[in-house]
Amino acid sequence: MDLLQLFISGLANGCVYGLIALGFVLIYKATEAVNFAQGDFMMFGAFITIWLTNTDYLGINFWIAVPVAMLIMGAFGYLLDVAILRKMFGQSQIAVVILTIALGFILRFAAGAIWAHEPQSLESPFAGREVRLGELVLGLEEVAVVFVTILLTFALYLFFNRSKLGIAMQAASQNQLAAYYMGIPVKRIQSLVWALGGVVAAVAGILFASKGAIDPSTGLLGIKAFAAAVIGGFGSLPGALIGGLIIGLVEPFAAYGLPAGYSQIAPYAIMLLVLIFRPAGLFSTTQKKKV
Amino acid sequence: MSLLTLENVTLRFGGLVAVNNVSFHVGEGEVFSLVGPNGAGKSTVFNLISRFYDPAEGDIKFEDKSILKMQSDQVPSLGIARTFQNIELFEQSTVLQNLLVGRHRHRKSGLLAELFFAPKVRDEERRHRAVVEEVIDFLELQAYRDKYIAGLPYGVRKVVELARALATEPRILLLDEPASGLSVEETQDMIFWVEDIKKQMGVTVLMVEHDMNLVAAVSDRVLALADGKELAIGTSAEVQSHPAVIEAYLGTGGRIGDD
Amino acid sequence: MRFVFKRSYDADIKLFKHRPQALWYLALLAVMLALPWIIDEFFLGEATNVLIWAIAGMGLMLLVGHSGQASLGHAAFMAVGAYTNVNMMESGIPFILSLPLSGIIAGVVGVIVALPVLRLHGIYLAIATLAISVLTEDFIVILEPWTGGVIGLVAPPIDLFGYEMDRYGTPTAFYFLTLLVTLLVLFAYRNLLRAPLGRAFTALRDSEISAQAMGVNIMRTKATAFGLSCVAAGLAGALLGLFAGAFNHETFNLVLSIQLLLMIVIGGLGSIHGAFFGAIVIGFLPQFIAISRDGISNLFGLGSVTIPGIESGVFAVILISFILFEPLGIYGRWVKIRTYFELFPFYRKNMFKRQKSYLKTERMR
Repeated sequence: MDLLQLFISGLANGCVYGLIALGFVLIYKATEAVNFAQGDFMMFGAFITIWLTNTDYLGINFWIAVPVAMLIMGAFGYLLDVAILRKMFGQSQIAVVILTIALGFILRFAAGAIWAHEPQSLESPFAGREVRLGELVLGLEEVAVVFVTILLTFALYLFFNRSKLGIAMQAASQNQLAAYYMGIPVKRIQSLVWALGGVVAAVAGILFASKGAIDPSTGLLGIKAFAAAVIGGFGSLPGALIGGLIIGLVEPFAAYGLPAGYSQIAPYAIMLLVLIFRPAGLFSTTQKKKV
Repeated sequence: MSLLTLENVTLRFGGLVAVNNVSFHVGEGEVFSLVGPNGAGKSTVFNLISRFYDPAEGDIKFEDKSILKMQSDQVPSLGIARTFQNIELFEQSTVLQNLLVGRHRHRKSGLLAELFFAPKVRDEERRHRAVVEEVIDFLELQAYRDKYIAGLPYGVRKVVELARALATEPRILLLDEPASGLSVEETQDMIFWVEDIKKQMGVTVLMVEHDMNLVAAVSDRVLALADGKELAIGTSAEVQSHPAVIEAYLGTGGRIGDD
Repeated sequence: MRFVFKRSYDADIKLFKHRPQALWYLALLAVMLALPWIIDEFFLGEATNVLIWAIAGMGLMLLVGHSGQASLGHAAFMAVGAYTNVNMMESGIPFILSLPLSGIIAGVVGVIVALPVLRLHGIYLAIATLAISVLTEDFIVILEPWTGGVIGLVAPPIDLFGYEMDRYGTPTAFYFLTLLVTLLVLFAYRNLLRAPLGRAFTALRDSEISAQAMGVNIMRTKATAFGLSCVAAGLAGALLGLFAGAFNHETFNLVLSIQLLLMIVIGGLGSIHGAFFGAIVIGFLPQFIAISRDGISNLFGLGSVTIPGIESGVFAVILISFILFEPLGIYGRWVKIRTYFELFPFYRKNMFKRQKSYLKTERMR
């Protein structure tokens, strides 16, 4: 029973990692920018929701607060691209990496200044409730995390394969210039991808904060999401999710089986192993540059 | 004597056969051209010789020794230099620095000597520089010596790439579409240079080119490829009038010299 | 604008372009040598700090600015330098050996770490080195017998041929030691850039594929760049350990790695000057923030307000402004200003403007 409990909590954590990694890969695929602040986006989205719905703050109904928070983060992502990232057009990838890292620092600072540094959790309708499946007792929030993740993945799948906008995004990600010639507004599409990245981050943040406490430095767990994305093979959306699940599941079991101090290393060790033996990741679609 | 030999070389990308059982040899001192429609596998042949790809079958020999065991970066040490179809220069460096990188295969100094810039490193540098200056004189690049590549016009970049390949003091020069994108005058210059490279420097040239004026003017022999297969080999005139070649160009809707 | 009439190839090989330039640098060196008699002990300590940053900055500049490889984990190699140096000093190895050895060991560790990672392209390398940076703290805790775990180590006084020095007792001596190391690293760096290996580094940065076609062994050259970069980081780490007096796992955290990167970007990627300009900014910014914060709170009568994390917040804002408005860094701005006066009144506004282009993807699908 103990192990099953570990499994479920690992799964729930993995879903959050997977969602952060998803946002990260989404933006990378479409714009080739790597958003090192995706974890901080998640943190910020969580705090906005807490601010909207917790009784200490505004106390708005949870079901209104969630879409509002998603909208705010989406708008944030969109404006960020318009105001800053679009100006990076033509600069090196490293410059973008450094820029997004700096952005993460600013978000962390802003969150700390606005909402202080104590851990807080989201007052969600799921908190503290249980689900019984025969003899199995599960926390409702953990079940909700898994459920929402599946739902969101499915919605994204439909979006990218069925909707016109999603297909335009795919086209723009494969060849910007060609997409531009075909009449796709590449710049606006990129801003929309950043918006989508913000929305996904908000969802991840809401899930994370409803199953545990969050503080401004929680955004650093975005680094674990990078590990997840790398394990999944960077260009692949399902890969990012599966990578997240692998990391999420490895963590509790490593903590269970390994001496203290070593268990934190496990996710990164897996990532480094993947990098060494399958540098393109487990689900890679990328290849070498053509001459 | 045969300098470079391809024996029954085949390369597949998944289901696509990019190079299909191609054999040819380039004799010492010869100018040998590969022609054919786009997608015929010409550049792929270059990439095979550069060891960017491993052939599925067949052998590639330089002076009767197989080069298939070598890494890409060891190929230049044999005296094989190349240019690229879509110019690959070091954009953030000057022309001079670009050409000096071409001297890398002649590097003799070790890490420690270079960290302290030992006298022998200085001597080496002077010698590299002398060779590079000869190339600069030959290709008339004096005006651009200290200019950054990023600010140079296309035609000049094309010449710098040729210069960088020559700076390696090659025995065989692989030119990947040297005249593509050049004006009529620039192409005329290219014809003179390729002739001089062959006659004055005694360097063998293997060339991929669409411009049949250039091919006809400089080539000793021409090999036509289509869909990875050999169509015809011979002098430029022979190949151009070969029925299979005409078929390959016209039959697929393409025209000679259309790129 | 000065036109140099070149009479021999040596004109391009020499360290200084012309005599006045050499004189300027000589004057700068004279000021640096006279510094202990010009400024007081506190500022001498700050100057030492800046030089240590500059050493680490040169290391990272070689890697990022000249070889085009990202590293978000250089604090890890500074840690290697700091811990190995103190351990060697305590086991009786004389300082004259332990300092260079700590650099070399950091370099070797760097190469070992780099070899599997360097096969990867830009972004993967950034993530892998980021992971290394995150793991450093854990590793320091795990390796407690050598590192003192969370308690950390205390640096013993330096014994140089019987002459004892430490940062507080003999700040001038420690300053000169740091200056000497800085000059040595600088000299080696300059030499490298005019030698074949340095050119191979920049070739790698601009086009791997054609560097390879010119006979540059990609893996070995990248590993060399990474190793040399880590040697400088290790030396800086060793000096930082001695400078700080005591250090533990928190000294070499992720923030330090990011600060290093920030330093070279602010200074100006791709120039040695940039490492020094960046070091000056990074070295003095905390003081500047503290002073201006006190000034503001006094002005408004707020008493002493402390906002945690304000330093990294300010760093980040500065960094973003530089990337957006002056991607060439302080050095780039300096070159522009100099060119403006040299060409006056013929300077054109878009002289340094770079051509922007649609992204040429490195991916293939």
